[in-house]
Amino acid sequence: MKPFRRTTGRVAVLDRADVDTDQLIPKQFLKRIERTGFGEFLFYDWMQDDGFELRRPEAQGAAILLTGRNFGCGSSREHAAWALQDYGFEVVVAPSFGDIFRTNSLKIGLLPVTLPEDDLRALMAEGSGAELTVDLEAQTIGPYGFDFDAFDRRRLLEGLDDIGLTLRHEEEIAAFEAAHPSPIDTRALG
Amino acid sequence: MARTLFDRVWDSHLVAEPEGESPLLYVDLHLVHEVTSPQAFEGLRLAGRRVRRPDLTLATMDHNVPTDDRPADDLAAAQLEALHRNCKEFGVPLYATGSGREGIVHVIGPELGLSQPGLTIVCGDSHTSTHGAVGALAIGIGTSEVEHVLATQTLPQRRPKTMRLELSGSLPLGVTAKDAILGAIGRIGVAGAVGHVIEYAGEVVRGLPMSGRMTICNMSIEAGARAGMIAPDDTTFAYLEGRPAAPQGAEWERALDRWRALPSDPDATYDRVVEIDVRELAPQVSWGTNPGMVVSVDGVVPDPADFEDPAERDAAERALAYMALEPGTPIQEIEVDRVFIGSCTNARIEDLREAAAVVAGMRVHPRVRALVVPGSATVKRQAEEEGLDRVFEAAGFEWRRAGCSMCLGMNPDILQPGERCASTSNRNFEGRQGRGGRTHLVSPSMAAATALAGHFVDVRELALEPVA
Ligand code: SF4
Repeated sequence: MKPFRRTTGRVAVLDRADVDTDQLIPKQFLKRIERTGFGEFLFYDWMQDDGFELRRPEAQGAAILLTGRNFGCGSSREHAAWALQDYGFEVVVAPSFGDIFRTNSLKIGLLPVTLPEDDLRALMAEGSGAELTVDLEAQTIGPYGFDFDAFDRRRLLEGLDDIGLTLRHEEEIAAFEAAHPSPIDTRALG
Repeated sequence: MARTLFDRVWDSHLVAEPEGESPLLYVDLHLVHEVTSPQAFEGLRLAGRRVRRPDLTLATMDHNVPTDDRPADDLAAAQLEALHRNCKEFGVPLYATGSGREGIVHVIGPELGLSQPGLTIVCGDSHTSTHGAVGALAIGIGTSEVEHVLATQTLPQRRPKTMRLELSGSLPLGVTAKDAILGAIGRIGVAGAVGHVIEYAGEVVRGLPMSGRMTICNMSIEAGARAGMIAPDDTTFAYLEGRPAAPQGAEWERALDRWRALPSDPDATYDRVVEIDVRELAPQVSWGTNPGMVVSVDGVVPDPADFEDPAERDAAERALAYMALEPGTPIQEIEVDRVFIGSCTNARIEDLREAAAVVAGMRVHPRVRALVVPGSATVKRQAEEEGLDRVFEAAGFEWRRAGCSMCLGMNPDILQPGERCASTSNRNFEGRQGRGGRTHLVSPSMAAATALAGHFVDVRELALEPVA
């Protein structure tokens, strides 16, 4: 995974609640078997509209997305996080996130920052195009601090591979398997 | 200490709790489909890893497959082919299209008896929560996590919070499990259960057959929940007994002993408790672009001005613009172009029977194009043995092969821009069933009744009139 420490970049404001992953990346783009190249399909349907927030000149080249609550709700498609990252976003800031989207983002080094509504509103008031620094080490975004799980923080800062981390527990996994014979066998269904 | 069903399943699957890290949970069953797995298998290949437990993994084809004789498009075909190749290379059993056991991943798991009480189940799909209906802890995951489970058979997970959602009273005639869960999401909101595992309880749940319990657990994610669960009971055991993967003989007796010990202790506590009385519940129809935007069939399209919360008002305005609806319009005056009966929410045999009972001897409205898509090849066979296919076809419905079909429109079954659809699926997001398509979520009997009338109708009134 790509490590994340700190970034300074332009902000894009998308002030909508409950933005679902079907909007982030519509299903017709889920047929690809690669992990890259999804950026051009980000918000595909909404992008057709000239007035869409991310089409505005000041939102171009943005690295930080400021958005509404429950961002990334809905489908588990990790393609949504891939598309945001591939488009150029490094950080998404919202009052809350869909659980699976948040996990998917953490897995690929796209930083999901949960910020209280008031602080977020103040940042949004600056508008798209404003410059902002997000520092995971210091846990700050502009003038505000944010909470972050200590383990996730370390994983992101060091760019740790989750599977590698888990495989350090090989002995425990094997011991668990020995003690708990599985009640099912998918190969024995005939 | 008193424990919940969730606590029992969670605690018994902890492999390790490393200091300062997420606990590691053992996965008993990993279900795989074509859309969220190719990059995971590719990841294994690049790292030179194998699938640790192919015997606990099962793949099927559902999202992309055409449900009629049209061919899959090139990209879809390539993705289906990739699943074939990956399963072969990594030794994962696959129920491919035409195998006779294929179907929507959340329909075939329980149907095969693989989804069992007390198990941990994951799948790269948010509606994995469906399997919680048998008393399993079933979690939807993303592709990186799919790769993680393939490689290690474990999942690092932070312990979620628990919510008890008590459905009390009894469902009025014509009001179904689908209405109960839509009503509940309308009440707690689409983010109402974020970070929580919901345990559904109460008289309503106890009285439901497994199909209705699955419908309810299926939509847990639409309230933002990590999972939904229902304590196993005699209904669960009767459902599982004799299924291909269910334990047999002495094993079955031992399994029953284990399963009977799973339900939550009466004095167990939850992080949150919500009680919903369903005695006054009417059939539900969604009017907007998320599953929390629902109203009773005898109601009207709401006025955004009535929402106090600015974010909700804004969302309601956008939703009405997208849906092309005016505030105050009676729901029953809304006309539809398409009806879709299918999806992992409502395409089990019981759902098809419910819909068939409404359409028997009737005709679909001439403007409406209506589709019935069984949830699995097994459901399809069973329905045909019961003659349901003939009931639907005689009424003017198209009868299709198993798949996700128009639930997400990744296959040839899609809405055209501007088309309005009464759908038994679980998501009414913008463009979900096709770009520009307008989705209204309803129960199978409501969808069937709507197909006949050409606009939403109150199925309770149909039920009261003798059908000639
Ligand atoms: S039927 Fe719909 S919700 Fe269910 S798995 Fe298929 S696409 Fe997902």
